[in-house]
Amino acid sequence: MMNQHTEHQRIVITGVGLTAPGAANLTDFRANLLAGKSGISTIDLRYMGVHPAGLCTFAETRYRKKRENSRGTRAGCIGVYCANEALVDAGVDFSEYDRAATGVYIGLTEHGTVETENEVYNVGQYANDVNYWTHHHNPRTVLNNPAGEITMNLGITGPHYAIGAACAAGNAALIQGVQMLRLGEVDLALCGGISECVGSFGIFASFRAQGALAEHEDPTKASRPFDLDRNGIVISEGGCVFTLERLDRALARGAKIYGEITGYGMNSDARDFVLPYGPRQRQCMEMALKRAGLQPADVTILNAHATGTKQGDIEECNAIRETFAGCENTWINNTKSSIGHAMGAAGVLELAGNLPSFTDNMVHPTINLDNLDPECALPGLVANTPQQLPRVDVILNNSFGMLGINSVVIVERFVAN
Amino acid sequence: MTREEIKDVILEIIADIDEEADFAQLDADAPLRDQLDLDSMDFLDIVMELRKRYKMQIPEEEYPQLATLTSCVNYLEPKLKDV
Repeated sequence: MMNQHTEHQRIVITGVGLTAPGAANLTDFRANLLAGKSGISTIDLRYMGVHPAGLCTFAETRYRKKRENSRGTRAGCIGVYCANEALVDAGVDFSEYDRAATGVYIGLTEHGTVETENEVYNVGQYANDVNYWTHHHNPRTVLNNPAGEITMNLGITGPHYAIGAACAAGNAALIQGVQMLRLGEVDLALCGGISECVGSFGIFASFRAQGALAEHEDPTKASRPFDLDRNGIVISEGGCVFTLERLDRALARGAKIYGEITGYGMNSDARDFVLPYGPRQRQCMEMALKRAGLQPADVTILNAHATGTKQGDIEECNAIRETFAGCENTWINNTKSSIGHAMGAAGVLELAGNLPSFTDNMVHPTINLDNLDPECALPGLVANTPQQLPRVDVILNNSFGMLGINSVVIVERFVAN
Repeated sequence: MTREEIKDVILEIIADIDEEADFAQLDADAPLRDQLDLDSMDFLDIVMELRKRYKMQIPEEEYPQLATLTSCVNYLEPKLKDV
């Protein structure tokens, strides 16, 4: 179908910078996903002990000095790395774009929890004398901290802010970038999501109290969405930043184009603090499809949000089963099985992991699926080994979060009008 | 602590903040911030570290006395004489 937007309104992804458990660039990330390799290890966390977790190893001082990393936050450090990597990948050196017309939109599930816990612990070492509370606390914990650290590092003087949307935040930041480009507010958008939450005992403890923290003697098998033996979420850190541009500008500078964001949807369950709600998720997928001008059967790959909780996985599977009934050429995978739940980074990392399918026409598998839950037995579920297809044209990326926030982003193979 | 020991402590604290700090050409009587890559937050880091190490409360109105290496030593010498 002919794209309904002019080239000035068509938004394309031209650069990817990421760090995920087990990989610090898209090439390695894709290789791990296709190989069915888990990036999960363990963390020994204050008060919590040892638990499965997704930890990132990347060149922390490639774009910023150790001193600046010490002053800033882990989220800022991840963000600066990902943003710089994305710009390098996109070939953007700000000769063709103005830093004042560049926006930085970063999705966060939460921010400041790690820093606050650390500071409460620190002041506890001094009999809770608040004179020992650090002056770095406020600049580290303001919600725009990770996005702001990116702008300071890169000299970007356009707008920057955080998009708080629980675990739908990565997708939500991408959507924000698309909207700001279409409105003409900025000419280049750095959009993505970041998570540093493996540093917070409270996040682990809260999931455990909720009965939703994954445990397994082999950490690489702890994240197992759709499996009968799943027992919760594996918490991961990570980040992914995309460069988004208007198609006309991208074409004019001869940019590499990963794909075009053609559809998106966001809505709210308006029901429960933590429990997801399939019918609203279905509506969200339908909104995104409608905006893209697509039918469900047009979707080649659906990246499921499923986190490995009993109820959450079933809710989403019900929504997918109803929306994609009879869609024989729609393939479903789950990226959290390999990298855990990267929270604010989850949506964008999972999308990034799928983007190379426009080139290699492979669908990476859901791993650790040893004993499929019949309630999650979706037709088209790609389990344990990758699926080679003749051609991948459309990726639909689900990302849902607490307080009932749903987001869907659709990316299509780029085809010139 | 001797004046020399106090000076070493100050330089050690600054080196912890900025491992690239170069003290070779440092003029002890000129403001530290003009010579080293230090800003107001770094300066507060120095104050916090002195507080943590020596349980020392430095009132804000006395911060200017920490401007140069020599003035730091002058200011801290009586406070650290028994350390």
